[in-house]
Amino acid sequence: MSHPMSQGRVECRDLTKMFGEEWARQVIVQNASFVVEEGKLNVLIGPSGCGKSTLINLIAGYEEPTQGEILIDGERVQGPGRDRLVVFQETALFPWMTSLGNVMFGPEVRGVSAREARQEARRLLEKVGLKGFEDKYPSQLSGGMQRRCELARALINQPKIMLMDEPFRGLDAMTRELMQEYLLRLFEETRHTILFVTSELEEAIFLADRLLILSAKPTQVKEVLDIDLPRPRDFHVLTSERYGELKQHALEALYEEAVKAFAKGSKAAYDLVEAFGKRVSG
Amino acid sequence: MSAAGFAKWALVLWTILCIGLGFFRFTDTTFPLNPPPGVHGELHIALQAMRAYQFWGAIWIAPAIGLFLLWRMKREVDDEPAVRRRRLERRQPLARRLGKTLLNVHTFRGVLGVLAVLIIWQLAQPLGVPIIKRIPPLSEVVMRFFDDRGLFWRDKYWAGWVISLFRIFSGFILALLIGVPQGLAWGLSRTLKSVSFPVFEIFRPIPPLAFLPAAIYLMPTAELSIIFVIFLGAYFTIVINTINGVYNVDKSMERAALSLGAKRSDVFWKVIFPGTLPSIITGATVGMGITWMVLVAAEMIAGRSGIGFLTWESYTAGDIPQVVVGMASMGVGGAICSAIIWRLGTNLTPWRRLF
Repeated sequence: MSHPMSQGRVECRDLTKMFGEEWARQVIVQNASFVVEEGKLNVLIGPSGCGKSTLINLIAGYEEPTQGEILIDGERVQGPGRDRLVVFQETALFPWMTSLGNVMFGPEVRGVSAREARQEARRLLEKVGLKGFEDKYPSQLSGGMQRRCELARALINQPKIMLMDEPFRGLDAMTRELMQEYLLRLFEETRHTILFVTSELEEAIFLADRLLILSAKPTQVKEVLDIDLPRPRDFHVLTSERYGELKQHALEALYEEAVKAFAKGSKAAYDLVEAFGKRVSG
Repeated sequence: MSAAGFAKWALVLWTILCIGLGFFRFTDTTFPLNPPPGVHGELHIALQAMRAYQFWGAIWIAPAIGLFLLWRMKREVDDEPAVRRRRLERRQPLARRLGKTLLNVHTFRGVLGVLAVLIIWQLAQPLGVPIIKRIPPLSEVVMRFFDDRGLFWRDKYWAGWVISLFRIFSGFILALLIGVPQGLAWGLSRTLKSVSFPVFEIFRPIPPLAFLPAAIYLMPTAELSIIFVIFLGAYFTIVINTINGVYNVDKSMERAALSLGAKRSDVFWKVIFPGTLPSIITGATVGMGITWMVLVAAEMIAGRSGIGFLTWESYTAGDIPQVVVGMASMGVGGAICSAIIWRLGTNLTPWRRLF
């Protein structure tokens, strides 16, 4: 797919998001400023419950920021649009449509003729390895197939940026690794701008060009790490020396945040401290 | 909108309009509580209904065929998987298709279960099972049904079927036509719901039968009062289920649709409506059961015809085997109606057949 690389730059300026009434205000994101660079695989990482999904919802336009603004290629975000595609944690395929119908949804609501939409959908389904599964309903597909179908549904609209909110959560370890490699291959081929959210450090470093490490709540971007591992990548990267260094560095940054949050008594932070302990000893 | 879409919706609206107009023409005439001499009251009503629908049927048919053909020609389905599957299915010989739906292990088990109950029923009296032994045994009921004064030979029994089914479906379809849009509207708009839902909630616990005296007083004909009460029986269940159905549509589906470029109308027709459909079908199935419960009581009080009325008449005459005939008829009627709804439901939601 030909796609200009200069598209899909997301700038978040001084972003603040609060929930609740005045007397019980919950600050989720506070004065977060960061950039999602175009044509790169940007990964957001932070402990679970730190407001990653809120950030995605803000960029997707499902929610409005309390303060600050989000610019996509210089244009302000106002509500959801098809230039930003979201792939959700749990599958959001429409269970009442076949996988072909799901992939055709985008062009159909845009008013493309059914024949053309069907052709394009078939092409994309074949590309994600779902040839022969066109008339299956999502409930008949395995977890990995559902994610790939969702990818096809996203790609058919040629979005400027793909927002992926822990898309591989809930997959078994094997499928997950395959999906990660698949996503990498897809990205290296198309160079779509991707913002990928995860709470798993290995996954994050394996995929990322840029790693945005989030602080504990209220969320800010604490550090941006350039992952300079060579592309195309495969699982051999995981044993390289550079990978170890990067991981060490990121872990320290995350650990610092976790301790801070731990002092405030957050359950999520407690989990992270525990996980960190395991990783260091094991 | 495409020509095919226009034809499809025009056909649907035209059909609803004709059914509705036929219905009003039919109920507009004051029903004879005293039928003309020489004609059974029930038969008279049935004839009137048929006449009303002959008229509207004749007006309906030509535009309907035209619109249907237009839709068939203009739609783009050559390649659609569902169509291909159906075409494959049609190519199978009819005997095989029938055999597959009728002669399978599920039907066999069902027949076995019914047979078991019939045998217990037949043997209850000779064996002296407490309480059940007072029910006239199966053989006696069947004999009563077919003997020379049995209901099988009487016009009023078969006309009663027609009339009862007509009342059921009038009330039920009315409940669907009003209840589903209302449930969807309430599910979608908090403002609308918070204004009008409390009123609904006050009316809902009142049993439909308690409306009957008021309905008889308010409605121009006894027929309409029965249909109104049947309507109430199905309506509340359908509305509640539809609202819940809308609430149960996953928020992320809506969001996904919006991110794929859908307009609000697309979100409604392609996401919220199909997502709510299973709940609507559940509501309709439960509602259909309630309509049969209501029907019998309504006919007993307000009617001069129908299966419920015949049952009550038999009771006042002290003819217990014939009461059981009436009960069995209602049971069979209810089961057939539920089966129809069920079948329609599974056809409308093919994705759920897989579980």
